[in-house]
Amino acid sequence: MSATSINFQQSFFEIFGLAQSFKLDTPALEQAYWSLQLDVHPDKSAHLPDAEQRLAMQQATFVNEAYQTLRSPLRRARYILKLNGVDTQEEANTAMPMDFLIAQMELREAVVEAVQVRDVDVLTELESGMQAETNELERQLAAKIDGDRNFAGAAELVRKLRFMEKLAEEIADAYDEIDN
Amino acid sequence: MALLQISEPGMSTAPHQHRLAVGIDLGTTNSLVATVRNGISTVLNDEQGRAMLPSVVRYLDAEELMVGEAAQRSQSEDPTNTISSVKRFMGRGLADIGDISRFPYRFIDDPNAKVGQVQLRTVAGAKSPVEVSAEILKVLRVRAEASLGGELVGAVITVPAYFDDAQRQATKDAARLAGLNVLRLLNEPTAAAIAYGLDNAAEGLYAVYDLGGGTFDISILRLSRGVFEVLATNGDSALGGDDFDHRIFCWLLEKNTLSALPPQDIRLLLTHARAAKEQLTEHDEARITAVLSTGALVDNVLNQATFYEISQNLVQRTLQPLRRALRDAALKIADINGVVMVGGATRMPQVQRAVGEFFGQTPLTNLDPDKVVALGAAIQANLLAGNRSGEDWLLLDVIPLSLGIETMGGLAEKLIPRNSTIPTARAQEFTTYKDGQTAMSIHVVQGERELISDCRSLAKFELRGIPAMVAGAARIRVTFQVDADGLLSVFAREMGSGVEATIEVKPSYGLSDAEITRMLQESGQHARQDMQARALREQQIEARQLIEAVQNAMVQDAELLSAEQCKQIDEQITLVQAALEQQDAMHLKRAIGALNEVTVSFAQARMDKSVSHALSGKNISDLEVK
Repeated sequence: MSATSINFQQSFFEIFGLAQSFKLDTPALEQAYWSLQLDVHPDKSAHLPDAEQRLAMQQATFVNEAYQTLRSPLRRARYILKLNGVDTQEEANTAMPMDFLIAQMELREAVVEAVQVRDVDVLTELESGMQAETNELERQLAAKIDGDRNFAGAAELVRKLRFMEKLAEEIADAYDEIDN
Repeated sequence: MALLQISEPGMSTAPHQHRLAVGIDLGTTNSLVATVRNGISTVLNDEQGRAMLPSVVRYLDAEELMVGEAAQRSQSEDPTNTISSVKRFMGRGLADIGDISRFPYRFIDDPNAKVGQVQLRTVAGAKSPVEVSAEILKVLRVRAEASLGGELVGAVITVPAYFDDAQRQATKDAARLAGLNVLRLLNEPTAAAIAYGLDNAAEGLYAVYDLGGGTFDISILRLSRGVFEVLATNGDSALGGDDFDHRIFCWLLEKNTLSALPPQDIRLLLTHARAAKEQLTEHDEARITAVLSTGALVDNVLNQATFYEISQNLVQRTLQPLRRALRDAALKIADINGVVMVGGATRMPQVQRAVGEFFGQTPLTNLDPDKVVALGAAIQANLLAGNRSGEDWLLLDVIPLSLGIETMGGLAEKLIPRNSTIPTARAQEFTTYKDGQTAMSIHVVQGERELISDCRSLAKFELRGIPAMVAGAARIRVTFQVDADGLLSVFAREMGSGVEATIEVKPSYGLSDAEITRMLQESGQHARQDMQARALREQQIEARQLIEAVQNAMVQDAELLSAEQCKQIDEQITLVQAALEQQDAMHLKRAIGALNEVTVSFAQARMDKSVSHALSGKNISDLEVK
C-alpha cells in the first residue's frame, strides 16, 4: 500500500522524527503528524483488501495515540518518565505536600460554590488561576526533565499536574452545569 | 442499434477506468445521492429532474411499496403504513423515543427486541427503521446506477456527527441491506466542510452549524493546507426542523382546543405546519386551513412573531452545544474565521439571526444547505474508491461521545474521551475478584454522565473460559477499538495464563453478516423489484444512447434524410423521451424498438455513404493490392 510503514517498536518521538524532550516544537509535531497520516490513514486504503485496511487502522491508531500523547503536556511528561523507567504512581502515591492539597480542596470548593450561585465570572477567574499554575508546573517540568534530567524528581510535578487536569475538568463541567 | 456502430467508429462503449462511487445523504426529511464526474461533485437527479428524494416509505401490502414523493403525498391518507422521518428511530429503543403519541405509527413493544431496535407494525408486517431506511437507499442506488451506467464500487453514507454507536451501526446495516458497499460513514458537518473548504480554498478555523430535519450538529474544524481536522463536535441527535413543525402543530391544537386526534389528522396538521414554517421564511404570515376527519375546520393565521416566540427555546437549545464545542476545542468565539450553515432548517431567519449574533459574524449561506452534505460525501467517496484526483487531502475526524465501562457502584469510567481523533483504541486490564472465577461481565456505555443509568448502554458481554486461578491472578486485557467510521469493536485476551485467546465482541444491537444475508434472501419481493429496476435501468441507458446517436447522425448526415423521414424520426424520439419519464421497462423497450425501425433506412444510407467516402479517399490501386 503506502510507502510509509509504521514501526510499532519505535517511541512516539522517533516516529515523528523528534528528539525526546519535554519542550515541544508544536508546528513540527503537527507537520510530522499530518504527513504520516496522509500515508497511513484508513481513507487511503478503503479500496484495498481487508488485511490492508486493518493494517491501516492499526497504524493510524498508533499515530493518533502518539500525537495525542505528545501534544498533551501531562501525557508527554508521563511518557518521558516511563521511557526513562520512572513510574509516576499517580494512583498509589498520595503523599502530596499538605499546602498543595489544601489549596486544591479550596479551589474545588470555590468551583462548587460558583455553580451554586451561577457565577460565570468567578469561574472564569478560577480558570485563569488554574491556567497560570498549570503553566508554572509545566515550566518546572521542562527544567527538571530537559535541564536536570531528574526524572524521579519530575514525578511529583506530574502528579501535581494531574490534579490541575482534574480541576480543569471540573471547571469545564461547572460551565456546562451553569449553562443547563 | 445499427446507428451506434457507425456514428461512433472506434469509440469504446466500455466505461473508462474511473471507479463508480457515490456519496449519499440519508436525511430525516430528504435524501440525496451525488458523485464526482469529470472532477466535479454533482447531485444526481431522478428521471423527472428532482434532486431530493423525500425520505418517506409507504407499504402498500406485503409485496409492494413506494418511496419518495408518491409516498409523501399519501401520508395523511395512510399514516400508519407511511413512514417518514425514520432516521429519528435509527438505533433507538422504544424508551429512547419518548412521547410516542406524537407519531402516527404503531410501535411494537417487544421485550425480546435487541437493544436499539424499535419496530413499526405496517401492512407489510413488522418493519425496523433499518429496513425502512434500506428502501430509501435502494432507490438512490438504482438512481445512481442508472445515471452512471454501471455497478457502484461503493458509497459513503453520511450520519449526524452526534450519532452514537448504535445509530451509526444501524445506518451501516441499512446500507448493506440496500446492497451498498459502505466505503465510510462520514459525519454530515464534516462532509459539508469538505465541500465548502475545497471549493473556497478555505484556511483557518470554521464552525459548521448543521440543523437538519431531525438532528443538530455543531463541528469545529481547522482547515490547513489540505488537512481537515475536526477539533470538537457536539449536538443533539433529536432536534431538528421536525420539532419546529411540532411547535406549530401544538399551537394549532391549542388554538382550536383539539386533543387526541386520529393518526390521519395528526399527519394532516403536521404537513400543514411544515408548509407554514416554510412559508414564514419568506413571508410575514402563513394561513393554515385544513378539514379534519370529523369535518371540523382548522383555519388560523400564524405570523412570524408568534412563530419565533413558540420556537425560541428550540433555537436556544442549539446554542449550548456551540459553547461546549468551543470549550472542548479550547477556542474563543473570536477565533472562528467562518460559520458554515448546513441543513434545510437553517433557512429559518430566526436561526440565522441567532447564530449570527452568537458568533458576531454573518453566517456563510452561499451554498445550498440541502445539497452540500451529499456533495462533500461524493468527494470523499471518490477518494476512497481509489480515484486519485490531483491534490491530496486528509480528513481527521473525531468520536462525538465518550466511551466507557461500568465500574463498581454503577459509575461510568471513561476509556476513550469524546473528541478523540479516530481511529483510536484503548486497552484496559481486568482481573478476577473470586478464586476460581472463570467468567466476568463487561458493560460498555457511551455518554458524558457519571452514572451508568444516564449514559447510553451499548453492550453487555460476558468473557467466559478464563482459566480458574486464585482471585486477582488472571489478567484479562480488553481492547476497545473505534474505527474510521466511528464504530466500536471490543477484543479481549487472557494474558495471565499465557494463553492469548482473542475474542471479538460486537455490540449487541448491530446486525450480523448472517442476519443481513438472511434478510436479503427472505425478501424475494425485493429481489424481484431489484430485477425490474435493473431491467428498467438497462433500457434507460439504451434509450439515452440511442437518442444521442440518432441525433448526432441527423446533424452529421442531414442531407441523407427527406423532410418526411426527419419528421418520422423526430416523432419517435419524442415517444422514447416520454417513455423515459414513465419508469416502465416494457413500454420503454417498445418505444426503443419503434425508433430503431424508423431509422433502419437512414442507417443503411449512412453505411453506403461511409463506404463510398472511404473509397473516394483511396486510390484504386491500393484497393486492388488488398
